[in-house]
Amino acid sequence: MQYRSNEPNWDDRDRFILSKGHGCLALYVMLEEKGFISPKDLKKFCAFDGILGGHPERSKIPGVEASTGSLGHGLSIGIGMALRARMDQKGYRVFVVAGDGECNEGSIWEAALCASKHRLDNLTLIIDYNHMQSYGLTEQIFPLEPLSEKLKAFNFSVKEIDGHDVNALKEKLSSLPFSLHKKPSALICHTVKGKGISGVEHNLKWHHSNKVDSELAQKLIQGIL
Amino acid sequence: MRKKCLEMIYNLALQDPRIVFLGSDLGAGTMSEFRNDMPDRFFMEGICEANLIGMAAGMAMEGKIPYVNTIAPFLTRRAYEQIILDLCLHNIPVRLVGNGGGLVYAPLGPTHQVIEDFAALRSIPNMCILSPSDAREMEKMMPETVNWPGPIYIRLAKGYDPIVTPLNLPFVIGKAVPVKIGKDILITTTGITLNIALEAEKLLKNDKNHNLTPTILHLPTIKPFDKDTVSKFIKDATIIVSVEEHSITGGLGSAVAELLAEKNDLKPRKFKRIGIPDKFSDRYGSQNDLLKYFGITPENVEKIILKLWESE
Repeated sequence: MQYRSNEPNWDDRDRFILSKGHGCLALYVMLEEKGFISPKDLKKFCAFDGILGGHPERSKIPGVEASTGSLGHGLSIGIGMALRARMDQKGYRVFVVAGDGECNEGSIWEAALCASKHRLDNLTLIIDYNHMQSYGLTEQIFPLEPLSEKLKAFNFSVKEIDGHDVNALKEKLSSLPFSLHKKPSALICHTVKGKGISGVEHNLKWHHSNKVDSELAQKLIQGIL
Repeated sequence: MRKKCLEMIYNLALQDPRIVFLGSDLGAGTMSEFRNDMPDRFFMEGICEANLIGMAAGMAMEGKIPYVNTIAPFLTRRAYEQIILDLCLHNIPVRLVGNGGGLVYAPLGPTHQVIEDFAALRSIPNMCILSPSDAREMEKMMPETVNWPGPIYIRLAKGYDPIVTPLNLPFVIGKAVPVKIGKDILITTTGITLNIALEAEKLLKNDKNHNLTPTILHLPTIKPFDKDTVSKFIKDATIIVSVEEHSITGGLGSAVAELLAEKNDLKPRKFKRIGIPDKFSDRYGSQNDLLKYFGITPENVEKIILKLWESE
């Protein structure tokens, strides 16, 4: 992605929207790593006087393009940004990360129809497909399969990878757009919730779990290391 | 009024490259001039209001001023969360132009009659709600919508509504317009009910037994609500009525009532909301049929005012 952390509103930057706003912790760490926010900001996650809430907000956080939290909003906003690039002959690209549970929302599919209508090859939808939603497995609660075929039928150019394979991610994201026939791209990333943390990995209890004392935190950190 | 509004969007867009037009499967030929002359800024999308408003939000975040037009109930009901989060939370300049506010779509039934749009939108921070009375007011209003910093909802009436707005008064968003200055009685209006109030005023003036001359305060802006001007006129009135083509819950009448209820330093006033009762319409017919059915007529406004007057 093209960006300038010291000039977050640089007009030619690539746009990134975390439509599954609840995944904001990963975003905040990246924003700190890239210099958009300070380590002090990170320490005040969800604090009364902090800028980093439980869902990201555009008005507060440099580098956040859209306030998200309620699911199914980000792709439409991304379409608006991608269309503006076309109107003003701008070369920036738009990336939207959505969750698999989020794909239950009808607005995602309205947006998918719209993105393909406008042949937005400057738009990439990345789906975090961890196969789990709040109450259980995605395939039991609200099956999405065949997801890849569905997106292809909506005229997206689709690729699927292991979302934990950083090299594969780099390779695929370096080859955008996936089609030369003016189609939006979709990258389905198969992931595992809590990957690499013993006891947490693919464990439904951890979908919302936030009761972590310092002892457990240490144990979990050691588990990762 | 609708024709004038769309014509103004076209004219304003010719002068301002930030303006874009988005529609949701509108009638064939709508805005064809815009489409022909500014095709890169014209978006006729499908029946997908949530997506349409999200798209408009994305464009507005990038510096565009989108005018989004479709039938008012679908715009405000179907995409309510997009209005709250994508538009109002971000406080961005998207203009929602709702066709057929109130009872305009009377023959099409309750699915198409938007009787709660003011109520639903008035409670959202950063929202601006405009409800002009006729094409003349629309013409004065539209240029003011271009540079307003946040989101705006524009409620359109049926079209070819009687022209009753005074010629000489400028349109300022957030300002109430005193159309008639009388005494003791204050009638507040919005949208087409200005005409109804003006007719009621004639009836009251012609009634030589009572000899009443009401003040008519027109509020083409429902939000931000012009508390200062309304307060000023409330002070001099003993009887206050609100007249609106909207549910009596949450609209103009509620806004006036909220203000009035907190005027603790004033002696008690007599107050009545005239509007659509808290129910879905169980009749069809025309807009005028339903206005009559719900008592939103000059005759009923006169009758209510006289009843309040006589109980003085």
